Amino acid sequence: MDNKRKYVIPGDVITTGPFRPEQNVILEGDKIISTTIGISEIYDDAVKVITLTGKYIPKIDDLVIGKIKSHTSLSWELDINSCYVGFLPAQDVFGRDFSAHADELSSKLKTGDLVAARIANFDRTRDPLVTISDRDLGKIDSGVLIKISPSKVPRLIGKKGSMIQMIEMATNAAVTIGQNGWVVVSCESPEGLLKAKKAIEMVNEKAHVANLTDQIKEMLQIKDNES
Amino acid sequence: MGGRDATMVLLDENGIRCDGRKVDEPRRIMIRAGGLKNADGSAYIEFGNNKILVGVFGPRDVHPKHMSNTDTGILRVRYHMEPFSVTERKNPAPSRREIEISKVIKEALEPAVMLEKFPRTAVDVFIEVLQADGGTRCAALTAASVALADAGIPMRDMVAAIAAGKVADTIVLDVNNEEDQAGQADMPIGYMPSLEKITLLQLDGVLTPEEYKKCVDVGVQGCKIVYELQKKALTDKYFGKGGD
Repeated sequence: MDNKRKYVIPGDVITTGPFRPEQNVILEGDKIISTTIGISEIYDDAVKVITLTGKYIPKIDDLVIGKIKSHTSLSWELDINSCYVGFLPAQDVFGRDFSAHADELSSKLKTGDLVAARIANFDRTRDPLVTISDRDLGKIDSGVLIKISPSKVPRLIGKKGSMIQMIEMATNAAVTIGQNGWVVVSCESPEGLLKAKKAIEMVNEKAHVANLTDQIKEMLQIKDNES
Repeated sequence: MGGRDATMVLLDENGIRCDGRKVDEPRRIMIRAGGLKNADGSAYIEFGNNKILVGVFGPRDVHPKHMSNTDTGILRVRYHMEPFSVTERKNPAPSRREIEISKVIKEALEPAVMLEKFPRTAVDVFIEVLQADGGTRCAALTAASVALADAGIPMRDMVAAIAAGKVADTIVLDVNNEEDQAGQADMPIGYMPSLEKITLLQLDGVLTPEEYKKCVDVGVQGCKIVYELQKKALTDKYFGKGGD
């Protein structure tokens, strides 16, 4: 491990000097202090810590997988594996001519349904507003839901999507990754589904291991000349 | 002083205390991060004969709803002693003392935990004292801070805690149960080592201004020893034994 990357815990001084504090760090005097357990990175003039624990905190434009918890006559509530519930207004699904009298929300999405959604707005004063009116978003009809730790999502995706592409190629499965740590895998062959599930669970357990890509490769039995 | 055992020597002529420690030596401390599967974060501490388990949940929805704060998250702490934690059965209902310690620990953690990042939520800390032997509030605070870090709740710094005190006219570190009963003063200190700030300071007994200053100094030095062990516990869990 080079000296730019370090294992840190809350309160550790990462560096001193004129750096820009980014994710999971605070500036205290001229000291830059980590606020979480993770790996610190210094690049250019910025410092950040990639966290290894913690719950999902919604961010605007994040793709998440949500489960319908309940609905009123005007909106749905989504469980998005966070401390806040996702708020999906009925207009988003029925369009602008939605009428609370004429349209029944449960006709489109029922309690327990899984949806792929995007965080449209979140400003801390209100629950996150989600939308499903976009390409690739909406109700998920088939597949298996796998729950992983939200802090390990970047590892599952890999550099420029390398890890997830490798898993998809090797198993012929379609994988939808929510930033909130919920992953849906669908595949035509049961073997591919099981294999992809195993690979995702392995990433979740061994996220800190350095040569994880090789281990996954070996498990999926990809020969080097194939990939 | 009103000791139970009049024949007990608290400090002998060689500067050795009743349990064989030197004046500036803490008891044996072992901290382990994690261990509870259903809690978001957890820690277990053995501090001399104290055995304490801490579980942390959150940030999560606040129930009852009226307790929530739209500007910031809230921290809720429950300190509880098991009926079997002391020699004579303790009534499991929360006593006056437990309610007070819950409040004291909550206020000692609040400066460290960045609750303003999670408005309208709550972080719950449950502290169970399995075995008590003097200084449980310091041990509990130390473990609670490790459990909060394990839960991934953003913190400005860890909080390490230990008690200093005056026994047989000498300032000592880490007062145990016998010394607490028979000694002259007991001062629990909570300290954030990187920010160099004190978050908990209580004093039971009488000290001169000089003794008070020395007591704080000794306590802060003790907290730094405890901090190293907190750091080791978290490093062992997250980065394996090879972590730096």
